[in-house]
Amino acid sequence: MAPATYELTVNGQKRSVTADPGTPLLWILRDELKLTGTKYGCGIAACGACTVHVGGVATRSCVVPVSLIGDRPIVTIEAISQDPVGRAVQDAWVSHDVVQCGYCQSGQIMSAVALLKRNRKPTDKNIEESMGGNICRCGTYVRIREAIKMAGAQP
Amino acid sequence: MRPAQQITRRAFVTASATAAGGLLVSLYLDRPLRAQQVPVPGQNPRIYPPDAFIELRPDGKIVIQVNRLEFGQGVQTALPMLLADEMDADWSQVAAELAPAADIYRDPVRGIQMVGGSGSIATSFQQYRELGARTRAMLVAAAAERWKVAPEQCRTEASVVRGPAGQSATYAELAEGAARIPVPATVQLKKPADFRLVGKRVRRLDSRPKCDGSQRFGLDLDVLGMKVALVAHPPVFGARPKTVDDTAARGLTGVAQVFEIPTVSGGTAVAVVADKFWTAKQARDQLKIEWDLAAVERPDSAQLWATYKQLAGTPGNVAVTRGDQTSLDALASGDRLVAEYEFPFLAHSPMEPLNTTVRFDEGRAEVWAGSQFQTVDQAAIAEVLGLKPEQVTFHTEMAGGGFGRRATADSHVQREAAEIAKRVPGTPIKLIWTREDDVQGGYYRPMHAHRVEVGVGPSGLPVAWRHVVVGQSIVTGTPFAAFMVRNGVDRTAVEGVADTDYAIPNFHVSVHHPTPNVPVLWWRSVGHTHTAFVMETLIDELAARAKMDPIAYRRRLLNPDAKKLRAALDLMEEKSAPWRAKLARNHAAGIACHECFGTAVACAVDVSIENKRPRIHRATVAIDAGLVVNPLSVEAQCQGALVFGLSQLMANGAITLKDGRVEQSNFDRYTPPYIVDAPVAVDVHIVPSIENPTGCGEPPVPVISPAVVNALSKLTGKRYRTLPLLTV
Amino acid sequence: MSRSRMGVGLAWFLLTVSVAVFATSAQESPNRTAPRRADGLAAWQQIHSVLIHPRCINCHTAVDYPQQGDERRRHYANVVRGPDGHGVPGLQCATCHQESNANSTGVPGSHDWHLAPLSMAWQDRNDKPLSSAAICRAITDRRTNHNMDGPALLKHNAEDTLVGWAWEPGRDIHGNTRTVPPLSRAEFAEATRQWVEAGMPCPQL
Repeated sequence: MAPATYELTVNGQKRSVTADPGTPLLWILRDELKLTGTKYGCGIAACGACTVHVGGVATRSCVVPVSLIGDRPIVTIEAISQDPVGRAVQDAWVSHDVVQCGYCQSGQIMSAVALLKRNRKPTDKNIEESMGGNICRCGTYVRIREAIKMAGAQP
Repeated sequence: MRPAQQITRRAFVTASATAAGGLLVSLYLDRPLRAQQVPVPGQNPRIYPPDAFIELRPDGKIVIQVNRLEFGQGVQTALPMLLADEMDADWSQVAAELAPAADIYRDPVRGIQMVGGSGSIATSFQQYRELGARTRAMLVAAAAERWKVAPEQCRTEASVVRGPAGQSATYAELAEGAARIPVPATVQLKKPADFRLVGKRVRRLDSRPKCDGSQRFGLDLDVLGMKVALVAHPPVFGARPKTVDDTAARGLTGVAQVFEIPTVSGGTAVAVVADKFWTAKQARDQLKIEWDLAAVERPDSAQLWATYKQLAGTPGNVAVTRGDQTSLDALASGDRLVAEYEFPFLAHSPMEPLNTTVRFDEGRAEVWAGSQFQTVDQAAIAEVLGLKPEQVTFHTEMAGGGFGRRATADSHVQREAAEIAKRVPGTPIKLIWTREDDVQGGYYRPMHAHRVEVGVGPSGLPVAWRHVVVGQSIVTGTPFAAFMVRNGVDRTAVEGVADTDYAIPNFHVSVHHPTPNVPVLWWRSVGHTHTAFVMETLIDELAARAKMDPIAYRRRLLNPDAKKLRAALDLMEEKSAPWRAKLARNHAAGIACHECFGTAVACAVDVSIENKRPRIHRATVAIDAGLVVNPLSVEAQCQGALVFGLSQLMANGAITLKDGRVEQSNFDRYTPPYIVDAPVAVDVHIVPSIENPTGCGEPPVPVISPAVVNALSKLTGKRYRTLPLLTV
Repeated sequence: MSRSRMGVGLAWFLLTVSVAVFATSAQESPNRTAPRRADGLAAWQQIHSVLIHPRCINCHTAVDYPQQGDERRRHYANVVRGPDGHGVPGLQCATCHQESNANSTGVPGSHDWHLAPLSMAWQDRNDKPLSSAAICRAITDRRTNHNMDGPALLKHNAEDTLVGWAWEPGRDIHGNTRTVPPLSRAEFAEATRQWVEAGMPCPQL
């Protein structure tokens, strides 16, 4: 398809990109806008490494074409610290020494923030469901669970 | 004390030599000295020049070069801890960098720059401590010189040297002076009681950047003028295209080139070079390739199982034999047990897809890769490009997991990248393997069949054991074969069985190594992934048969000198006893223990069945890994390794082949554990020890699967000998 | 044991009969009942052939997850129903499914992508489609069908955007066009009209 120009709002800034309409948001972020904190893991929304927030909804950027974003604002891992819940989650992650290789953690954090914005006191089941589609091959799940509970308990 | 006459050195200070404008403690030794330190057996007594490892910056920052790949295991924190402790450095000022490929960064024991066999701490423990101690001694000497006092009168703490009359100077202030001091031949290392960092729960140095998106991995690399390459690999290993129609692919805007390249398995692949990933992906999708599959062997899982099972019924190359081999057949049939096991191919699937960036220029090349085998990969790239290894600058990039997948003896990903870069000199090429390439690309944990005949004695303990393992050899055909294959036995296929710590008097282990057309590789904990499963489920079954407590049974059967295993088993028993005594209804406890890579691990799990799958409510792990550098990291490795081990039990936890093609292509059909599949909680207990440290990245992997199915067996009365676990 | 099974069987029989009676009593003119009912049931059979097509039934499960693909496998990545059929925070339907199909990545989409409520489950808890009669009952029972009467059901089947996605399902992850139900949307709407006009009869079994 012929390239088209899209006006995106990424981390509060207007960004104009010209790309094939079918290009997934992930590759717009990584290759066009050089925001490489959002990761490519599977390309089929099975691992969650590419999770960003689009219009406040945790979104698998690897399967959403840029043409379907519209005017919804995009927030990536690079700017999530500006959100109080985002900052609390990152701090809890560091405090619990969650990361190992770290490659999946941008996506884990973006999913966790989406959960905690709706539910500050998630049960184990809530955590398992909301984080249920994020793969961590290093197996940091125990600490992710603890860190989410800690971040949720922050005032 | 200092044999100055032996040191032909060119000590020079390279002021402002670093990019940050800092000062390098720059000493160069023309020849290595003999360390006066008591050498660790097998360890090179080489003296490593601190300047290759430590940079003291004027602002007090201390940058330490880590001679390993960091891919989650925490070595990028643990090795600097060792160095900083001996150096009495201010930990808050310590930063770590991954060292490029260079002779100085080779593993002191293994002789190549690598990560593998859970050996990073074990083999660099002494090295990094000495580096720290030598640097400290040089800084103290510089201070002593300045204050005209004896070095012995000075003390150090948190990057400051203090003199007897209240003098003090920071390491940064002393760096220039220290650089003029000869590297001491001998240094006194701390006693364990004097450690300030070692043994403490120290958080990772790379945590924050991995939480805010700023950490760059190999895949994130952006070099000026870089292009992205994707490769259409043959659908059957080693195949070649009959015809390639690349008209549509070439017609896409942004596609630079399409050409054929050789693969290491003797086939031909088609490479696409484009401006960006998505362009390259679309171009690859639009290639019309007719493959010639007639000329290659097309392995098929169903057929392989039939062959493997047949082989398992016949003796193979003998790995170990002791006692009387007729004793088994002399037993009454009621005292004999036959167990057959099946283990499928498994992909490592690290979260960061495989990638390598290569720029080839006349007479030189530059490489960026998250590699477990820098030395090997550097040489392979050099070979493809017609260069010498030293003409290839090799940057070690942070890697998103690996689990053995980034340690290939044939460097097939790096060779592929080099083949492409060779065709476009001057253009940096980032080769990306998509997840599909990774899942279908081979280099799997080999599939295995085991057949075990056990003879049970009157006490209920096994008195005879005949064990046949069938599986591909991982190391045959690689340089590692020279010391890992003996008498037709690849020791990585029988480790964990042949060297078991269970005292079985009449014992025979043999192995067949079929050679189907599937590349295989070590998968975190290598042979122990299947051998420990067989041993620990069978021993558990024998304990149940003898109506004995599974822990007590193991303790009776273990060799008296299996000290680490006994210590781990005891500690696990103690720590899990409270919850094992009051399990919820429809829950069962399962246990397993195993020693590998010098480390013993025992594990107990609380399991129930939910939605027809095992639900692991908690796991208690005890580990004896000698002296532990960073307990927080060991705990993380244990927690994570259990989850990795559970990959084997996932319903979609198998790579299968049909008519030569891999049937799975992504995480929808080859599914690693998600959070719901992992233990809800894992408590880790470390056996106190001041023995030399051993590894912990791999040793906790093998115990979890047998522990879980041992619990399932209690719940269902069934035995589980075929993986993956399709039904409970 | 056998007695209680008999009891269940009897209750099932009575229920079936009463529903059949209910369906019959819904007819207006006794002398036209038989042919109208036959026409209606024929129309229902057509409707039913659409409802049990994977494009429709995959989101009418009785469990806490949707299905996908023509083989109706469990949706991958542990996708769950959530409290209102839209998933859970962090893993909503909208986490992947947009307002329209994403053909470049193979993810289907339509307005307000979500699972039908459990009351509208057309499968049992083992993912096996319910009988035609049971599906029909679920659809005609206003306590479970969002209080839709005949005209409302007709409007739903003929005009609802998400229902209409079944006929414009886009391409899958391999670039193949997804299969569509055996009737066209227009035929489906027409069958629904005939069925509603016939008094929405349900088969007895």
